Amino acid sequence: MSEGRAAGTEPILEVRDLTVHHGQLRALDHISLRVFPGEVYAIIGANGAGKSTLLRTIAGLHHPTEGSIRFDGKDVTKIRPERRAISGIAMVPEGRRLFPSLTVEENLQVGATYARKGPWTIERVYELFAWMKDRRGQQTAQLSGGEQQSVAIGRALVANPRVLLLDELSLGLAPVVVQRIYGMLPQVLATGLTVLLVEQDVSQALRVASHLQCLLEGRTTLEGKPSDVTAEQVEAAYFGLRSAPAGSPPYRGGSVGVVPPGATEGEEA
Amino acid sequence: MTAVAETTARSAEKYRVTRSRRNVAWTGVGALVVVVVLAMFPYLVGAGTETILVQAFIILTLASMWNLLAGYAGLVSVGQQAFVGLGAYFVLILNIHSFSMFTALPVAAVGCGVAALPMWWLVSRLRSGYFAIATWVLATTVLLIIEKFPSIGGGTGMSLPHTPNLGTAVLEAYTYWIGLAVTVLALLAVYLVLRSRLGLVLTAVRDDEVAARSSGARVGLARMLVFVVAGIGCGAAGGLLAVSQLIVQPTAVFSVQWTAEMAFAVIIGGLGTIEGPILGTIVYMILQQTLASYNAWYLIILGLVAMVVAIFARRGLWGLVDEHLHVRLFPVGYWLWDPAAPGRSRGFGRGRGGRHS
Amino acid sequence: MVWVNDIIQGILVGGLYALFACGLSLMFGVMKVVNLAHGDLAVIGGYVAVGVITVTHIPVLWSFVIVVPLMAVLGYVLQRTVIQAALDRSILTTLLVTFGLSVVIENGLLQFFSANSHSLGVDNAIITSSFSIGSQITIAYLLLLIFVVAVVVLTGLQFFLSRSRYGRLIRAVADDQEAAQLSGIDYRHVFGIAAAIAFGTVALAGIAYGMYSQFAPTTGTDTILLFAFAAVVIGGLGSLWGTLLGGVILGVSQAIGAQISGSDEFLAGYIVFLAVLVLRPQGLIARRSTS
Repeated sequence: MSEGRAAGTEPILEVRDLTVHHGQLRALDHISLRVFPGEVYAIIGANGAGKSTLLRTIAGLHHPTEGSIRFDGKDVTKIRPERRAISGIAMVPEGRRLFPSLTVEENLQVGATYARKGPWTIERVYELFAWMKDRRGQQTAQLSGGEQQSVAIGRALVANPRVLLLDELSLGLAPVVVQRIYGMLPQVLATGLTVLLVEQDVSQALRVASHLQCLLEGRTTLEGKPSDVTAEQVEAAYFGLRSAPAGSPPYRGGSVGVVPPGATEGEEA
Repeated sequence: MTAVAETTARSAEKYRVTRSRRNVAWTGVGALVVVVVLAMFPYLVGAGTETILVQAFIILTLASMWNLLAGYAGLVSVGQQAFVGLGAYFVLILNIHSFSMFTALPVAAVGCGVAALPMWWLVSRLRSGYFAIATWVLATTVLLIIEKFPSIGGGTGMSLPHTPNLGTAVLEAYTYWIGLAVTVLALLAVYLVLRSRLGLVLTAVRDDEVAARSSGARVGLARMLVFVVAGIGCGAAGGLLAVSQLIVQPTAVFSVQWTAEMAFAVIIGGLGTIEGPILGTIVYMILQQTLASYNAWYLIILGLVAMVVAIFARRGLWGLVDEHLHVRLFPVGYWLWDPAAPGRSRGFGRGRGGRHS
Repeated sequence: MVWVNDIIQGILVGGLYALFACGLSLMFGVMKVVNLAHGDLAVIGGYVAVGVITVTHIPVLWSFVIVVPLMAVLGYVLQRTVIQAALDRSILTTLLVTFGLSVVIENGLLQFFSANSHSLGVDNAIITSSFSIGSQITIAYLLLLIFVVAVVVLTGLQFFLSRSRYGRLIRAVADDQEAAQLSGIDYRHVFGIAAAIAFGTVALAGIAYGMYSQFAPTTGTDTILLFAFAAVVIGGLGSLWGTLLGGVILGVSQAIGAQISGSDEFLAGYIVFLAVLVLRPQGLIARRSTS
């Protein structure tokens, strides 16, 4: 258990030994993580490291080959994605994935279809993103990338989830836009949400995260709090550059450490 | 060692790639024996059996063509009856102009191949469902156009005017042999297509069309070739139909029932395998013969079985055999022999019936 | 001037074709399923109506009330079971399965009802008569009524899709199944609703067709399916008004074809269909937005 997390509280989201395959390719290899209420947990890593796969599996869009996912104490590994959404896990998918033949407001209305009770309403989303109300009747294809991202976030928020999964918010957006979008995070957290996000932009992730994990080729190479890791450690974990000195123990979750690729057990020939 | 060093070390070992797992010379010999035995049939069996077998030849030819289209090229055509009809009519037209119906048959087949080109031009840009409907509309249009010509029988049809002056038994025998030849050639053609580069392109497209295109595979050309080959094959079957019936009626030769029969035979026997159509034709003929007196029933049962098989046993009866016995009579795939695991190989290159389509 | 009358007939018949087509368009638009058994479902609607009327002796016009909801329920069930199972495999499988379904239905009908044509005779004298405009134009009330019903149904459907909650869900699922799941929507249920609408409307159209003309076991594929498709393709997918336009164009082409030569009625329609497929496969009215 990492220091800084309140002793005695239960994780709202817990992933244990998650292994996911895409056909014959192993995308995730025994990934574990725990997200506690109110945290911003960031998953970083290069392209193809398995970050989006992790998020999508948590959301229910992929079936794990091994491992389990627990949400709010209940095992949801076999639960269909729509039921997971209804019970409080909302995902903002990679690439926004707005409904193109629906207007901005209709997108939000769809998000609110099976909403839980809570502070987030369509009106509140309009308050969060000031420009949106005036353009709520527009087709989403006419919006800029950043605006679409805001609508996608709004669509997830109106469901009043307990855990918000953000998949690569920065993708395709200018840095200043990305900053503005991440700027809304405090307001989101203030309403009691927990955030698990995936980011390729490491500095952005480090700025907002309270806890992080780095993936490389489907394996965890680093875990800890941003304040406890150095830039060199992150770099090594991200790119998997250096190999471990002989005799170093294999990584087994929990404390901060650098995991050399190839050192975990169970590697296939 | 590091991941990089490990991969380099692994690639230095030798993997072997072969076309077949065992010595399939035995299959070739077996096939030859079967063909020879079949060729002897006119001397051994009665005319009734011959007629049934000719019917089987027609269905088998059609089925192997439809399998090529749907199982390998991903083209679900519900309009192959257009070629069946055209093949029959080409034979009729040539016969009207005093060509022997036997020599007319190969010409008719080639003619259908030529006819396939403008038809492909019309439908080639369409995707699955639209493609299916378009082929159906095309076939119906061809039917309606042909029916407008009274010189070839108009809406009621016409008998072949110049049938050879041979006894019934000899005529039946010749028809039978031509039917056998058509079927053997059709199966051979399918085998050669799949074993060739064309077959490789089709498999690549089946796996990942975008990747196939970007590696330079001429996908459109491959599909067109398959469409033309299927046109020739179905045309040959249609010509055989004309020869065996000695009469050509538009609603009969252009009936969508032909597509139903060839599709069901393929689905039940095994979509995406060469052996599948053979098995499927056998099942079809058994059903048809046992239920012949209950006319509509055999199609109902065939249809229901096909539906169930399509959902639950993707690769049909042959797929079930293949999975359990790992047999492949016609070697068109590739087998990978891992030096680290001698005696075990992994097969690749199955047709579209597998889980990725 | 004789042409004007035929063109008007063609327009009115186009309404019926559009009614046939809207279910097909919906199923294809929402779940990418080309239901090759679609035409046969209309015929089943007709035969069930015949059966219901024979048993209960209710007036023909009341048969809608029983048959249409029945078919809608059948559509939901068939979608959730057979069609969804096929969809889970691949699009190719749905083509094969719906084709199989079509053959099974037709031969089943042949087996039980023989190859004879049936018709739903309408007793109401007003409906079977016609009125005239000027000396050249005669319009049967029945045909006009069918056209009006078709327009009403299409308008209602359009309204449902664009304004109602379920309509929104249907459009969302049609756009992006996965994203809809992430918002808590069970797309299988939405597919079921879409199928129910499709089956219901096509049954309605089938009964109307039975009142206007005759149907036989093979009418589903001989006539209805290809016409429905033609209307969808000509008009363009994704727009119900496009489907109406497509139906009307089809009807008018057929009327013109019939004028040229009696047997060219269908041929003319198919040629127009093929022309559109080749020249402008997206149809005359393109979708509002790209997917």
